[in-house]
Amino acid sequence: MIANYGYKDGSGEYFIILDTDKCDGCELCVKACPEHVLFMGEDIGDPLRDVPVVLVTEEHRKKLRYSCASCKPSKEVKNLPCVVACPHGALRHSW
Amino acid sequence: MAKEYWRWTEYRWTSPDVKLNGQQYITCGIDVGSVSTQAVIMLDGKLFAYSSMRTGSSSPESSQKALTWALEGTGLAQKDVQYIVGTGYGRVNMPFAHKTVTEIACHGRGANFIYGPTVKTVLDMGGQDCKAIRIDEKGAVKNFLMNDKCAAGTGRGMEVFADLVCVPIEEVGQLSLTVEKEPPPVSNTCVIFAKSEASALLEEGWEVNKVLAAYCSAMAHRVVSLLQRVGVEKEFAITGGISKNPGVVKRIERELGLEALHPNIDAQIAGAIGAALFGKAFLAKGGK
Repeated sequence: MIANYGYKDGSGEYFIILDTDKCDGCELCVKACPEHVLFMGEDIGDPLRDVPVVLVTEEHRKKLRYSCASCKPSKEVKNLPCVVACPHGALRHSW
Repeated sequence: MAKEYWRWTEYRWTSPDVKLNGQQYITCGIDVGSVSTQAVIMLDGKLFAYSSMRTGSSSPESSQKALTWALEGTGLAQKDVQYIVGTGYGRVNMPFAHKTVTEIACHGRGANFIYGPTVKTVLDMGGQDCKAIRIDEKGAVKNFLMNDKCAAGTGRGMEVFADLVCVPIEEVGQLSLTVEKEPPPVSNTCVIFAKSEASALLEEGWEVNKVLAAYCSAMAHRVVSLLQRVGVEKEFAITGGISKNPGVVKRIERELGLEALHPNIDAQIAGAIGAALFGKAFLAKGGK
């Protein structure tokens, strides 16, 4: 399942896109995030699933643009710590 | 006292066909939304009774009231209900619920129940958020997006507008469709600013139906852009309170070039239906 957490406002679209089918709950991304944007919890789309999956905290969902700003590379190279940390490529940013 | 044009009618319903007859699973789903609360009682996964009322200031109280009203006159007591699942934004504070499930999963499952297996894209337009959900033929969520950052494009926004133009909320949609020529949408996405923009338009001499048309089309445009993020796959359906507003529904259909499915039961209770169905699934799994 694809989960889009974030928002769209006048300045653009800010979503963290998570592929829960690829997530095995290893928590490497959670540890990699310096702003504590991610955590492990119950799958929002599938309450009958037993393995926890990565989620974006309620607190950060509405301000991702600012929460993730410190990690955004200043040049074209994309090396977001959370994206690099995931061994399965389950995570990406929309902006 | 001034008339409150936003105030919609609360209601309850009991199935004329489904009778109490020693069913195995009696489950209840309660969807405590920001604006309205629905309680649904299901017998073996069949819709038996429901109620829909305004959410008060306390979600434990609202959920209890909705449940009591749904059970009223059905011959069932609260202790007969084997499993209660809470959903909606007030789910975290529902003392008697056995389990809580997110509204995303519940709306997916509920839409599948209401519209059948052909529905693949669900747009839930709630009281203060808006969700775009893609589901498979079993109602399991494949892709979703939730926007709860602001009230634009939501039921509460529509209530504010009904009050501004003094038109009962149930008539807003139909009235907005009576314009001869579609006006440009209001440019502000924020409800508060859109309201001041609309006040200015009224003072300029715009007809009420034209102002409502401008707001409905702004709302439609806003949610269509959310839908496009998850992708739209046929068949398409709208749930939540705004699904009862033809002014918004028609404009979404026009913009997507796709007609929304027509529900044969109330699409506002989709979340609560989904919750009750999950209750049955949890019971079948051993009550956990």
